[in-house]
Amino acid sequence: MSRLRTLLVGDPTAARIVPPSGFTAVLTIASAAAMAFLAVFAIALQLATGELAARWEAELKGTATVRIPAAEDSEGRADAVLAALKQTPGIVAARRMSDEEQAVLLAPWFGEGIPLDKLRLPTLIEVTETAEGPDLTGLSERLSAEAPGTIYDNHSRWRVPLSDAASRLRQLGGIALFLIGGVTAVTIALAASSALAANGQVIDVLRIVGAKDGWIAAAFTRRFTLRGFFGALAGTFLAMIAVSMIPSGVEAGVLSGLGFDGAEWLLPLLVPFFAAALAFGATWVVAARRLRQDG
Amino acid sequence: MIELDSVAMSYGDRTLFHDVSLSLPNGSFHFLTGPSGAGKTTLLKLCSLELTASEGRVRLLSEDVTGLDRDGIAGFRRKIGIVHQDSRFVDHLTVAENVLLPMSVTGKKSDATQDLSELLGWVGLAHVAERRPPELSGGERQRVALARAIILSPDIILADEPTGNVDWDMSLKLLDLLVELNKLGKTVLCATHDLNLIRHAKPKTTTRVLRIREGKVVQAAAGL
Repeated sequence: MSRLRTLLVGDPTAARIVPPSGFTAVLTIASAAAMAFLAVFAIALQLATGELAARWEAELKGTATVRIPAAEDSEGRADAVLAALKQTPGIVAARRMSDEEQAVLLAPWFGEGIPLDKLRLPTLIEVTETAEGPDLTGLSERLSAEAPGTIYDNHSRWRVPLSDAASRLRQLGGIALFLIGGVTAVTIALAASSALAANGQVIDVLRIVGAKDGWIAAAFTRRFTLRGFFGALAGTFLAMIAVSMIPSGVEAGVLSGLGFDGAEWLLPLLVPFFAAALAFGATWVVAARRLRQDG
Repeated sequence: MIELDSVAMSYGDRTLFHDVSLSLPNGSFHFLTGPSGAGKTTLLKLCSLELTASEGRVRLLSEDVTGLDRDGIAGFRRKIGIVHQDSRFVDHLTVAENVLLPMSVTGKKSDATQDLSELLGWVGLAHVAERRPPELSGGERQRVALARAIILSPDIILADEPTGNVDWDMSLKLLDLLVELNKLGKTVLCATHDLNLIRHAKPKTTTRVLRIREGKVVQAAAGL
């Protein structure tokens, strides 16, 4: 706790022990800014894929479509299937789709004004399921008995791959965040190591006047933590502006959800603090090891 | 009190000195002299804990400092004022900040302002407090180093060729400062090859001269 206090408050001279400018300063600030910029996009991607997966699930889950092949007695077969569906546990409602609705569904492939009465189209029934849903095996057997060739489609063929894809995207986002953190830590560690090597004279002077290794390490750690924080703050700020400029309202695709809503805008603000924590840890480890080696 | 008990120092196969025993009482002023390469700097570095003896024991202020850990050494250095021939500084800090460094590392900064102005005035450098060390002359740098060495009021002052890079007038000024510190009760050990400086010190205070010769430390003759 006292080390943290020393780090945050410090005394003005201790804060200035590490030269305030130079290559390592630029490297630390620039890399922290770049990594924070990427991290904010990775977070946005994480949120977008999560929302996309939830939307796909919500749109497809709880509904099913029953398709009855065209036959001589289509009306009677449809009535029998409807009656069976309404008696089946796990089904809330079942409704035969009108010719107009079927025409809308076919329009993308056959165009407007399809002569439905001249086509042998299957009868479609829209089903709303309970959260638990029906016993699919038993229901399929029963529907086949009422009307051979009837198919009960609960959209899992579409839902599962989409859900898997969204899940993979989220995993990739997580891996990206992890890698960004790792690269940030390594870059700052290298910069800190370089700074320690370049400031051998400063360290010698500090030792002559009785500075303990912990005090010297804290001086370097404080400087690099602040550089990491302010670099990441700049990168985060720029990334938030960039994210806010991504056009919204695109109907399809992942990009439609790439952004932050409401309280989600607070999430990127954590990035500079994580960057500072990484810089603190990386610099402390490097400094402690280096000072021990210099002995 | 600085005590060395059967101390030996070797670098690889080369033995610089061996079986050195000496005892410098509190408040004494000793010069350490000898030819170049005899081991004057090494002996001072043993006393400032910058080096560890190959054999024997070193006691400072009645404490055995042989085998101290790193933090222990750092803690002890606060009780010793050290002035090197080529005194080094944190070049991007001001003279005032450099002089205050020992207080910063010990967290004693709050009441330092008065001490600082008095100290810089005492070494005659009050006017350079806000300048950077690279802007100073050799003599000014040595006086800044002396001010930094004594700001924590150490009991022991170790000076390694403090006049090596300055002209004669400045050498005498530095000598006067060391003598003054000795009269305040500080134990001073000053390595120098400048016998004139030693002769000039004689009338000013009671000094003794130690000479390193052939790996041994011996008391120099009174006439020097």
